[in-house]
Amino acid sequence: MVYRYDTADTIVAPATPPGTGAIAVVRLSGSEAIAIANALLPKVDLAKVKSRTVQYGVLSRDGEELDEVLVTVFRAPHSYTGEDVVEISTHGSMYVVRKLVQWCIDAGARMAEPGEFTMRAFFNRKMDLSQAEAVIDIIQADSAAAHRQAMLQLRGAYSEQLRLLRQKIIEFAALLELELDFGEEDVEFADRTQLQGTLQEILRLTGELRDSYRLGVVVKEGVPTVIAGRPNVGKSTLLNALLREQRAIVSDIPGTTRDVIEASLLIKGVRFRLIDTAGLRQTTDTVEAIGVQRAKEYLQKSQLVLYVLDATEQSFEAAKAEWEKLELPHAYVLFVANKWDMVGDGERPVCNHQECIAISALHGHGLDALKDRMYEMVIGDTSLQEKTLVTNARHYQALVQAHEALERALQGLEESLPADLIAMDIRQASHHLGAIIGEVDPEDLLDYIFANFCIGK
Amino acid sequence: MFETYDVVVVGGGHAGCEAAVAASNLGARVLLITLNMQTIGQMSCNPAMGGVAKGQIVREIDALHGRSAIVTDHTAIQFRMLNRSKGPAMWSPRAQNDRMQFALFWRKSLEEIPLIDFWQDMVVGIVVKGDRVTGVRTRLGYEIPARAVILTTGTFMNGIIHIGEKQFGGGRMGESASKGITEQLIDLGFEAGRMKTGTPPRVDGRTLDYSQMEIQPGDEPPSKFSYLDTPVVQDQLPCHITYTNPEVHAILRKGFDRSPMFCGRIKGPGPRYCPSIEDKIERFAERDRHQLFIEPEGRNTVEVYVNGFSTSLPEDIQYEALKKIPGFERVKMFRPGYAIEYDYFPPYQLYHTLETRTIHHLYFAGQINGTTGYEEAACQGLVAGINAVLKLRDEEPFVLRRDEAYIGVLIDDLINKGTKEPYRMFTSRAEFRMLLRQDNADLRLTPYVEKLGMRNIERRIALLREKQKTIEQVERFVSEYSVAPEQVNRMLVEIGSTPLSQKIKLVTLLRRPKVDFRLLRQCIPQLDAFLSQLKEEYVQAAEIKMKYAGYIEREKLMAEKLQRLENVRIPPHIDYSRIHGLSAEAIEKLSAIRPQSIGQASRISGVSPSDVSVLLVYLGR
Repeated sequence: MVYRYDTADTIVAPATPPGTGAIAVVRLSGSEAIAIANALLPKVDLAKVKSRTVQYGVLSRDGEELDEVLVTVFRAPHSYTGEDVVEISTHGSMYVVRKLVQWCIDAGARMAEPGEFTMRAFFNRKMDLSQAEAVIDIIQADSAAAHRQAMLQLRGAYSEQLRLLRQKIIEFAALLELELDFGEEDVEFADRTQLQGTLQEILRLTGELRDSYRLGVVVKEGVPTVIAGRPNVGKSTLLNALLREQRAIVSDIPGTTRDVIEASLLIKGVRFRLIDTAGLRQTTDTVEAIGVQRAKEYLQKSQLVLYVLDATEQSFEAAKAEWEKLELPHAYVLFVANKWDMVGDGERPVCNHQECIAISALHGHGLDALKDRMYEMVIGDTSLQEKTLVTNARHYQALVQAHEALERALQGLEESLPADLIAMDIRQASHHLGAIIGEVDPEDLLDYIFANFCIGK
Repeated sequence: MFETYDVVVVGGGHAGCEAAVAASNLGARVLLITLNMQTIGQMSCNPAMGGVAKGQIVREIDALHGRSAIVTDHTAIQFRMLNRSKGPAMWSPRAQNDRMQFALFWRKSLEEIPLIDFWQDMVVGIVVKGDRVTGVRTRLGYEIPARAVILTTGTFMNGIIHIGEKQFGGGRMGESASKGITEQLIDLGFEAGRMKTGTPPRVDGRTLDYSQMEIQPGDEPPSKFSYLDTPVVQDQLPCHITYTNPEVHAILRKGFDRSPMFCGRIKGPGPRYCPSIEDKIERFAERDRHQLFIEPEGRNTVEVYVNGFSTSLPEDIQYEALKKIPGFERVKMFRPGYAIEYDYFPPYQLYHTLETRTIHHLYFAGQINGTTGYEEAACQGLVAGINAVLKLRDEEPFVLRRDEAYIGVLIDDLINKGTKEPYRMFTSRAEFRMLLRQDNADLRLTPYVEKLGMRNIERRIALLREKQKTIEQVERFVSEYSVAPEQVNRMLVEIGSTPLSQKIKLVTLLRRPKVDFRLLRQCIPQLDAFLSQLKEEYVQAAEIKMKYAGYIEREKLMAEKLQRLENVRIPPHIDYSRIHGLSAEAIEKLSAIRPQSIGQASRISGVSPSDVSVLLVYLGR
């Protein structure tokens, strides 16, 4: 079944290339584009604004503010696709872009297929002949790239898990169909307990794959890691020490770092995007105050926080209390007790290694332990090669939808619904999974049935 | 000697008969040419119609004013509604028939139609002028002029029958094969192939001991196939069930070295869902028994059909093995089972109207297209018959969608996916089976009969209106009636459903699992009184429609989404090799099949999503 060319859906995708630029643009197209964007921008009413004008707004949902953005509304037919289009310019952060796309999907949009905006433009006769060939090239290139990516993913553990998932789905669907199309045959039909068992196994597989997306994204895009703490505790020294280069200006003057500095660090193949921020304190210096404000914003978006404390001045408990006051419970936090070498033996504060690592950034002590701990906190204790990770937003979306359909099927089994009604949910699930495990055709089910059961009068 | 017929139908099997009826329903002058007037409407294999998915097709044929259901009802000896314990989409009518009466009734039905003439002869070729068929040539030396020709040759084209090491030409046991057509069509550019099927031995019922078998009676009360006023079967005959055993298997194995299947003399693929008994014991060696259905061939004969024992092993082995089956100790065999190989034409060479792409006004229906089954054949004959006439009149073709009929699924599958083995319908092939139920084929399809202007449909239309009206009445009653907790709570507790705490509309309660009209009628006398005045069959249709409304709606929505792609038409003469960006495989498949819409293109195996995007972009121009 082919829903992917459905031009009635509203589609969404980043319109700028992945990677960190100054700004990034997310584009929505379709009849619901304006309504969806409107729901995420409480301070403006896009329904009322004039076509092709720019609005300022703050992306937010359920009180969570994501970014300050500029929004351009293009009403049909005067848009790129010929449909209602909304373009949202965010700050150039992959995190913001991804989150925004996810919000749009939650609000009813569908992730666009490669070339789909352009395809719609063609459909609505918004382009001339000379552009046609170029567009086809884009579609081909996109699908070739997607194919290459899929091939890469299909090696090793990833492919094994998907092969198993496909096999289980076919098995389950075939057992249902066996009961339906061959109910008169003298074969042993699967009982409901057996079917529930298989379905739970399928749910476990899709659930794991779905949940791997969080990690998959991190691995693909890098782990946003904010180095935070009071002024002059040695945050920038730590950055430089981890990178082994003089990236940030360091001095003993508190508040030297005023803007945010980003740098990239590889630990066992995982990229950590280190973000050095201005020290957190009340300040009257306007420039520094902006820096502090931005540090807080970055903290909101980080995945991992290295909270640096000066071991000569502050205890771990005090630093922890300070951190908790910031109320950022979603991130992993690791306390880094710096200047450890300058603390006298008797005065050393507790540093239990689970939450707190003692280092000397200046002398390079404890940095390996710190790196190991950073990796463990984000990835866990297995090596990355052994994990199956979903990194593609479309695959993630498909898994979420498949999982929902499978849960409905399980509920149907529990309620003893007839198999043909349960089969509807299974068909939907295998349709969603088609992009990941390959389409499951009626012929696949019949192959399974004829191979495993003696059918035929 | 012959006038110019509108339609010449070649073959008098299930496809040929329905083709002749459909063409005459539209007022065409039809000539039915058959090798043998005695075998019109012959059931070559088992004496039964319908079954899972097939029963739905018979209902659809009836809804489209075909005759298969009527013939079945008049000659049934047993009726069962299969899959009654499953959801309503799975309910499937099946009848055992009196083989001889069935054929006789078909012939009588055709003879009652003044527009149909008959001629017994062998068609050895078609007459072609340019790229259009203008008639057929026969063995007696006639060139019969025709404006359209429908070939329904079944297993007869270059048919070869195999029994053990013996093989001989034939279209059915005791009937000669037909020759000439395949060779000519290949010369005209058609691709041909071979397929295989088989049939079990027929035995003498007087020699069977039924006391050693399980009895399988018909439904009581039985239902029927036709939506018209046909009779319900009286005095049903039972079937019986018995099993093979290791002794039977051992004897059969002794003949494997003389098996035409295992020795490679048969090359065409056979149907996997209808394997021979030798195939079953070879492939499922761990099973020590296989089920056999012992089916009576009719009321006025002692001949019995051994369903499940299809074989092409030597007849002496067949006989010896049969004797070891419980109840068969004294068996005498009337005719041995055999396998038959025959020519077919891979169906991608057809349009959805079943007209060939190469020769205008030439149509193929039935086994010639690689299908198997009376029902599959009959519905193709009907579609070919209708379209042959519509094209002569320059009218829009009649093509059923996948979401409106199994017939639509069947033809669309044949053309886009082809088939590697004889194609049989299964409900799993339909993506919208909740819509394609046996209870609503008339509601789905009979309006087309009216639109097409078929003859003698007054009664059918009147019954359709009555059914629609009844359903509306029931829907109104059930949506308006409020049911109180004290009326139904005892029943709900008994079936393990949550009791009501306040009044709710009856329709809401009906949608709960396990709740149905039967239970509700026991608790609510007003409902029972209301429904009792209405026709039971229509009440049931209304019940299904309301009870499963959520599921039906869901499939309707999906079907509508897909329909948008069907509406993007692809112009007929598009040169795929010149579309930049299509994959080589897609170019080949698209050029061969020439889909009429983007929806169809997307269902062709080998055409990827990105190929479809490229096509869309191209068409966006």
